[in-house]
Amino acid sequence: MVHTTARRKLRKRSMFPLVNTLAMILLMFITLYPVINTIAISLNDGTDAVRGGIGLWPRVFSTKSYETIFVDESIYNAFFITISRTIIQTLINVVLTAMLSFALSRREYVLRKFITMAFVLTMYVNAGLIPNYLLLQRTLGLSKSFWVYIIPTMLSCFNMIVTRTFILGLPDALVESARIDGAGDFYLFWKIIFPLCMPVLATVALFVAVGAWNSWFDTHLYNAGKVQLHTLQYLLKMKLATTTNSANAAMTSSDAAASTTLTTPVTIRAAITVVSAAPIVVIYPFLQRYFVVGLSVGSVKG
Amino acid sequence: MRTAKATTATVANGPMLCRQPSFWRKLWQQRQLALMSVPMLLYILLFNYFPLWGWITAFMNYKPSVPLFENEWVGLKNFIWLFEKPEFIRAIRNTFAMAAINLVFGFVFPILLALFLNEIRSTHFKRTVQTVTYLPHFLSWVIVVGIAQTIFASDGAINQLLLGLGICKTPVFFLGEGKYFWWLVGAINVWKECGWNTIIYLAAMSAIDPALYEAAEMDGAGRFTKMLHITLPGIKSTFVVLLIMNIGHLMEAGFEIQYLMGQNVVMDWSQTIDIFALKYGITKGQYSRAIAAGIFKSLVSIALMLGANFTAKRMGEDTLL
Repeated sequence: MVHTTARRKLRKRSMFPLVNTLAMILLMFITLYPVINTIAISLNDGTDAVRGGIGLWPRVFSTKSYETIFVDESIYNAFFITISRTIIQTLINVVLTAMLSFALSRREYVLRKFITMAFVLTMYVNAGLIPNYLLLQRTLGLSKSFWVYIIPTMLSCFNMIVTRTFILGLPDALVESARIDGAGDFYLFWKIIFPLCMPVLATVALFVAVGAWNSWFDTHLYNAGKVQLHTLQYLLKMKLATTTNSANAAMTSSDAAASTTLTTPVTIRAAITVVSAAPIVVIYPFLQRYFVVGLSVGSVKG
Repeated sequence: MRTAKATTATVANGPMLCRQPSFWRKLWQQRQLALMSVPMLLYILLFNYFPLWGWITAFMNYKPSVPLFENEWVGLKNFIWLFEKPEFIRAIRNTFAMAAINLVFGFVFPILLALFLNEIRSTHFKRTVQTVTYLPHFLSWVIVVGIAQTIFASDGAINQLLLGLGICKTPVFFLGEGKYFWWLVGAINVWKECGWNTIIYLAAMSAIDPALYEAAEMDGAGRFTKMLHITLPGIKSTFVVLLIMNIGHLMEAGFEIQYLMGQNVVMDWSQTIDIFALKYGITKGQYSRAIAAGIFKSLVSIALMLGANFTAKRMGEDTLL
């Protein structure tokens, strides 16, 4: 009791909480300013936006940019491709990660050490960009195909480790009692372990889904020549490449000259940015509880 | 743990078997587990280990149209070519410079932020700050680079601020001058990942025994003394594990941001080993040289990771391996 009052007194004198709060508010402002600024630009009139200097609010309000991008057929197709790949990739990853993690969490499994080591090494041994490209492009012939989005990305070692750590934290008695009742490993996995893993699998699903939604490089490398397979991020990337903002225009005369015919107005660029970021930004705060738990569990035994 | 061991023991000393059951017999008993893991093993053998085979082409003058072993063997010629090329030396320099900046910023800022977040008493406010600062982590590099190009443009927010405060007289061409590139990448990385990287530190901090703080208070320790002598030592092992992991991934110092943001004018400062490999391998079709660059990168990565792990072990810290 005595020291609580002493602490209260101390806190009353200290400026720290106030300074800390202000610092955090400043930090939130720095984090959010660029995002809000982009939204403001996307909602501004195109010719007015060229003057620059738009802050947190549109100067001349207009939804023209959004109307323009939603008239273009290609964005609907890109949405469809992006959503399909995100859903398929996430489902495959979740099921395979859970199965593998379960098998590798059983201490009596004879191949446990070997397979775990093989997976952990993949985090450090990487053949590199070109050998992987040659494998997918030449050996497997996956370019210009939707499957190049799915097949190379079915599993990740990091997600396996996080999930396995979670399963190892479950009480052994669960598995043992079911085994005494004569349950096989499939039954054990599907009926007992899988339902219990939902919190950590939600984390895995979120990581995979965000990665799938945000990827553009596989499109760039394998499917650039096939417009029907372009993803949303790749579409945005192409629009960015054809946008010349004043700073770049001054410096890269050759680039600017090459792209003057294809220039995308800043407002349209901003509108596509907002559209391609919106789904994640809207969904993620609701999942925050899960990934914080999942990541903390995984970090205990990295 | 105990029960699992007991099961193995019963199987091993079972009455019907006089000797240890053979490996294959055990595997047959565990066929359901094998079915749940061996296909995945084959999967990574194909997608993660088989491409390593492609490394031999670094010692050839490889042309994809010719069958593999009919290509001309050239020994280390491709590697010599790389190290005699100033462009590649610059790519190494850029990779290391940006990696070092990211490594330092990537530890200092998240730990500072975690320390400050840990001092916030109101859970509501704390959660709001967390939600906001995690947000950029979820944005793709395409989006982040797009936003950065707006903010750092000559008429963008940063220049307006600098001009407004009278720090400089004319707008700074952040995006068009090589000397700013590394620091721009560092700053953007902090903006994107700083909040996210606090999660693990906050988890480690919440595991610290509150009795330690109370004892320190009894002894008259102030806020900063407690931070320095309780909170920071409390997250030390987390820090070491993350440090080793990050040093192992140092050469991955980023590819997307440099690729998306590096324009021709800043290429001497923006081109990393990966971009070099991409350019020579895929755009110019010089596969052998590009693969040689990739091998160099992988070997340095492994050496760095083992070195960091060894140092940590010598210092008596928890290690990865």
